Amino acid sequence: MYLTREQERILEGEYGEVMERSLRLLVKLGEIYGADRMIPVSSVQVAGVSYKSIGDPGLEFLEDLAAGGTRVRVLTTLNPAGMDLIDWRKLGVPLDFAAKQLKIIEAFRRMGVAMTITCTPYLAGNLPRFAEHIAWSESSAVSFANSVIGARTNREGGPSALAAAICGVTPNYGLHLTENRNPSVVVKVSAELKSSSDFSALGYCIGKIIGDGIPYFKGVKWASTDQLKALGAAMAVSGAVGLYHIEGLTPESESVETSGVETIEVGAEELRRVYEELSTGEDPDIIMLGCPHASLDEIIAFASKLGEKHLRKPVWICTSRYTKDIATRMGLVERIERLGGRIVADTCAVVSPIERMGYKTVGVDSGKAASYLPSLCGQKVVFRSTDYLLKRWVG
Amino acid sequence: MRGRTISPGKACGEALVSKTPISFYGGVDPKTGIVMERGHELEGKCVKGKILVFPKAKGSTVGSYVIYGLKRNGVAPAAILNEDTEPIVAAGTILAGIPCVDKIDIGKIRTGDKLVVDASEGIVEIE
Repeated sequence: MYLTREQERILEGEYGEVMERSLRLLVKLGEIYGADRMIPVSSVQVAGVSYKSIGDPGLEFLEDLAAGGTRVRVLTTLNPAGMDLIDWRKLGVPLDFAAKQLKIIEAFRRMGVAMTITCTPYLAGNLPRFAEHIAWSESSAVSFANSVIGARTNREGGPSALAAAICGVTPNYGLHLTENRNPSVVVKVSAELKSSSDFSALGYCIGKIIGDGIPYFKGVKWASTDQLKALGAAMAVSGAVGLYHIEGLTPESESVETSGVETIEVGAEELRRVYEELSTGEDPDIIMLGCPHASLDEIIAFASKLGEKHLRKPVWICTSRYTKDIATRMGLVERIERLGGRIVADTCAVVSPIERMGYKTVGVDSGKAASYLPSLCGQKVVFRSTDYLLKRWVG
Repeated sequence: MRGRTISPGKACGEALVSKTPISFYGGVDPKTGIVMERGHELEGKCVKGKILVFPKAKGSTVGSYVIYGLKRNGVAPAAILNEDTEPIVAAGTILAGIPCVDKIDIGKIRTGDKLVVDASEGIVEIE
């Protein structure tokens, strides 16, 4: 692989041990996957922030990095933490957990990482442009950036994304190259997709079938940004899909090559089976929305459906602090919380210790949350559309 | 069998084979090494000290940290063998120092087989 004189000097240790170690990891990955050189990246999204996800080994790893005075070189934004960093006491987060979580955040802060603390960086100040090279982790954000925006990133693991942030470069392979962005399968969708959870169910179904392939959807006539967010997130859970195209809706759908590609069909029956497979419970103790983090539009829609009705069960809507602040200024947070709901920032159902907070069964509208809650939080799950959950259980 | 070196090192041990993809995050408990994904063919099995064999990875990008955590907690697999190793697993095994090889025909390996892995050379032998 070609390296610049500066990169060679980094590997010789001239820029300190952390830079050397970080670039060495990137060079190794580049060599494995046949990169010709390193390319500059304009932003990084770092996953592996919740203490629940990375534990003491991750905390020590990050504190070591921060102690060396390491700073990130490009705009670097952060995934959700294991708790709301302001309201954690009110939400009943255990003290020992909170102490460790705050240490992780402090390590990132010292490295110059932007405190966005959301899985939707593209809704909170980190918006790349079409064809821009970036190095993102957070599988749902990777999918959104590649597919909906047309930016270019591989599915970076937490540590390789951080290494890219420290060095400002990533190895040039995989989805950074135009020829690797063509679809591997055409998916004809005959089901009518009515809600974000339908898109989520479709994503879950396709990810399971195609694994790490690149799907090209036909028959999807319209989708909101939030529905595309849901589709990509689910495909990155049941599979390892980092890029998808939708005919007429996503930016590269006109330019990629679909001829000679195998076609599969998905209908209403397949989606029904996903709802059935992922629903393991019957009567939720709590409804948790916002996986990936809710957009402003989703919070406004929820508030308008709720009106002035009191919620019969607790509802959490997880979002970024950025979005919560706007909703607060609109008076929506005050109204939703007065009626028994909570707008929870900086965290989500999956990465917070809800199993230690007395909940057993959770209602969700996300295939991603439905997949991870049983194993990571010991929860039973009711997976349905937002509207159904509200009408049936809380409205 | 000869494959591609992902992360160097040597290991020997008993194979634990999954025919379906594995997500380390949400799929394997970093404290115990036990597979916890509901309905997964290895659910309840422990990866500690095994040569863990699976076609590909899936799921969250936090998987690298789970692999690193498994090693630090002393419950990591002795080596990992794949058809195709994705960058999330590659970064995790390199960081953790777990030998890893891909581009081999994992269909030839059965759970319980005794394997000798020289990941630095990309060589896997079934004893």
